[in-house]
Amino acid sequence: MSGPKDAKPKQGGRQSMAEQPPLERIRNFFEVPLGYTPEQAMLEASRCIQCKKPLCVGGCPVNINIPWFVRLIAEGKFSEAARKIKETNGLPAVCGRVCPQEDQCEKVCIIGKKGDPVSIGRLERFAADYEREHGEAELPEIPKWTGKRAAVVGAGPAGLTVASDLVKKGHKVTVFEALHTAGGVLMYGIPEFRLPKKIVQSEVEFLKRMGVEIVLNAVVGKLETIDELLADGYGAVFVGSGAGLPNFMNLSGENLIGVYSANEYLTRVNLMKAYLFPEFDTPVIRGRKVTVFGGGNTAMDSARTALRLCPEEVTIVYRRSREELPVRVEEVHHGEEEGLRFQFLTAPKRFTGDRDGRLIAVECVKMVLGEPDESGRRRPSEVKGSEFQIETDVAIVAIGNGANPLIPQTTPDIKVNKWGNITVDQDTGRTSKKGVFSGGDIVRGGATVILAMGDGRRAADSMHEYLMTGAW
Amino acid sequence: MYEITEKQELAHTVYLYKIKAPLIAKKRRAGQFVVLRMNEHGERIPLTIVDSDEKAGTITIIVQEVGKSTAILGDMGAGDSILDVVGPLGKPTHIENFGVAVCVGGGIGTAPVLPIAKALKAAGNKVISIIGARTKGLLILEKEMKEASDELWVTTDDGSCGHHGFVTQVLQNFINEGMKIGCVVGIGPVPMMRAVANTTRPYKLLTVVSLNPIMVDGTGMCGSCRVTIGRKNQFVCVDGPEFNGHEVDFDELIMRNRSYIKEEKSAMEEFTYHEGDKCYERCDK
Ligand SMILES: Cc1cc2nc3c(=O)[nH]c(=O)nc-3n(C[C@H](O)[C@H](O)[C@H](O)COP(=O)(O)OP(=O)(O)OC[C@H]3O[C@@H](n4cnc5c(N)ncnc54)[C@H](O)[C@@H]3O)c2cc1C
Ligand SMILES: Cc1cc2nc3c(=O)[nH]c(=O)nc-3n(C[C@H](O)[C@H](O)[C@H](O)COP(=O)(O)OP(=O)(O)OC[C@H]3O[C@@H](n4cnc5c(N)ncnc54)[C@H](O)[C@@H]3O)c2cc1C
Ligand code: SF4
Ligand code: SF4
Ligand code: FES
Repeated sequence: MSGPKDAKPKQGGRQSMAEQPPLERIRNFFEVPLGYTPEQAMLEASRCIQCKKPLCVGGCPVNINIPWFVRLIAEGKFSEAARKIKETNGLPAVCGRVCPQEDQCEKVCIIGKKGDPVSIGRLERFAADYEREHGEAELPEIPKWTGKRAAVVGAGPAGLTVASDLVKKGHKVTVFEALHTAGGVLMYGIPEFRLPKKIVQSEVEFLKRMGVEIVLNAVVGKLETIDELLADGYGAVFVGSGAGLPNFMNLSGENLIGVYSANEYLTRVNLMKAYLFPEFDTPVIRGRKVTVFGGGNTAMDSARTALRLCPEEVTIVYRRSREELPVRVEEVHHGEEEGLRFQFLTAPKRFTGDRDGRLIAVECVKMVLGEPDESGRRRPSEVKGSEFQIETDVAIVAIGNGANPLIPQTTPDIKVNKWGNITVDQDTGRTSKKGVFSGGDIVRGGATVILAMGDGRRAADSMHEYLMTGAW
Repeated sequence: MYEITEKQELAHTVYLYKIKAPLIAKKRRAGQFVVLRMNEHGERIPLTIVDSDEKAGTITIIVQEVGKSTAILGDMGAGDSILDVVGPLGKPTHIENFGVAVCVGGGIGTAPVLPIAKALKAAGNKVISIIGARTKGLLILEKEMKEASDELWVTTDDGSCGHHGFVTQVLQNFINEGMKIGCVVGIGPVPMMRAVANTTRPYKLLTVVSLNPIMVDGTGMCGSCRVTIGRKNQFVCVDGPEFNGHEVDFDELIMRNRSYIKEEKSAMEEFTYHEGDKCYERCDK
């Protein structure tokens, strides 16, 4: 299938969104879905029947008042709709793009019982884009300074949400970020063609205009420890340092040239802009045949990035079957349109290289699915003697991330579980250390943007209470 | 932005910089490094912190021009600013009183050896240092190493200064003479570190090397810097940079450091870069 999707406004039924045609988009890094026109947005919004007890709100982890903002769009009050969303979600242009809506708000939308649900995510994106592009983002009112300061470790979605909520309550907030850019995975992980970086940066700029101080290049634990921050006059600290430790498979040949962790591959391309090498200085090996191991968001983002860099062939190798793929259906669909191949029920055994240590092939083995394991998914096992070779010169290992160990290592009185995730009280985000709160991927392992933001919101509420009362 | 307050040329294409970074200056310890990014288009490169001045709020780095990023830095001078400086990264050197500590620096590797020699000396060790270079003109930090050590030996590959030969030959002589060595620190080009480890291996002398793999973030997030140490994968930026030299898979490190030779060469050939609206071009003619 090629050529732009039919995206003309149509009466009745769900409005589709225009997209860059596959053959064009695999030659660039521009965003794939192009967004609704105002006319389409109003038509789509008018499909919402304004439920008295809207199920959709319960499906959204931050409980956006969905019927309200959707009604504002139907009435053509786009910037007002954006402001309504922002009361509970500080990053609507981001969430409207990357939320797994089909499993959250849209999954429970009543209209979805009979046909397609209201496109809540796309409407959210539309309102946020409209407000930004028309320069109508209004600063919320910032109350008088409470005299309290808070520190936030990590400028990912969790940390940015905490910062936004706490300045709105009148506290002074400083965010410490290890990298040279704020945004966390939104900047270094999720590719430009799914989430343009200028959108993330405009959200960050908005926070700065609200008075949040962001200190880049500041690795907490190395530059200053959490105890030092607490002693420096920060009354409370939020740890949102994410799950940034790449897992490897411990296979022979995994350190050959051309074998990347997804984190390294995506960081080189997104954060360091290796796709613009040599205009940008950081290189990445493009390869002729790329193989990606894993089946989640990270694997799919790596593969779709590779499709744009590698001229010949990109394959995802996944040890279970298509039904078990944890990635969003929409992304699989996008990938396949772009020429992505899948090799299901297959697992890698070892990598082989040439004399210079450059990857040339990966040996794989076929798998079968057996009885369900404790996660409820059927456990894959090897088919003896089914080994075969896949020729490949770039391999990307996308089998998940562990918890970033730096904070727990330098702050031993923060309790972690056996996987190294910080343990918190679920309702308040309190850690085992007085004055220190946490949330997002460092607590949950790999989760989602909106869950990280939900954690941030809850933690900010209890941080506010702690800052004002001192009660722990 | 991090201002360069001072620049000195130590040898051909080797420069010393003092950079304003007060917090890092206060925190850093021997063995740690910073990651620098020169400009918006730049890559992130790791460089050892050689010294710091807490009062002036500066850190000292010494860098050799080997490719595009280091050449961009080489073109910068006092008053210019570096866009990003992150640190102090990596684990500090393990310092204790070993009795006699032999510090071996090869080429630019003498720069990271200097702070370690100073720290070992301060901990009560008798510090014997051996520094080497290809030729006299490339020898750096001779005076500083002399001050930091009880004894200093100099070698050059071509005999233009000091002992004619390699640093490992002097080290081997010490061992042959029966010197009781508590610890050897060897830092320099990877083949030189491998040679140091091979020299001390038969005698099971504790040997510390500081590895220089290709890095991206320098905070443990990407795995670019992984090296096999005693059969285990380690991330040099967070688990190192110093390791027991007898456990390092040097061949793998040499191999991985050649990952981007094609790209690095083309980057130097098309060397232009932009700073605001200024455009720099560099010719190697
Ligand atoms: C490739 C990829 C694709 C994804 N796609 C989606 C998607 O489509 N939809 C979705 O909902 N979710 C997606 N996710 C998951 C989502 O991005 C994460 O759940 C979310 O970003 C977690 O937010 P966080 O704030 O907890 O951490 P992060 O986003 O990881 O941010 C943590 C930040 O803390 C910084 N940091 C770490 N340690 C320190 C320290 N010691 N000092 C200072 N700063 C520190 C890091 O540099 C980083 O900037 C994806 C994840 C990946 C990796
Ligand atoms: C912990 C550590 C401490 C270091 N300390 C010093 C120091 O004190 N003084 C000094 O002169 N050099 C030091 N280096 C080496 C320095 O980082 C490289 O010389 C520099 O990155 C080369 O960049 P380039 O663009 O100029 O050269 P390029 O042309 O890109 O590369 C030349 C060679 O440098 C290595 N290299 C390339 N990119 C990187 C990278 N991002 N990270 C690490 N190595 C790379 C490769 O082996 C490559 O073949 C250190 C490296 C590490 C890991
Ligand atoms: S934030 Fe996510 S879950 Fe909530 S309404 Fe928006 S798209 Fe749906
Ligand atoms: S459930 Fe669907 S129809 Fe009902 S209010 Fe929510 S979006 Fe509208
Ligand atoms: S440089 Fe990325 S993990 Fe070490």
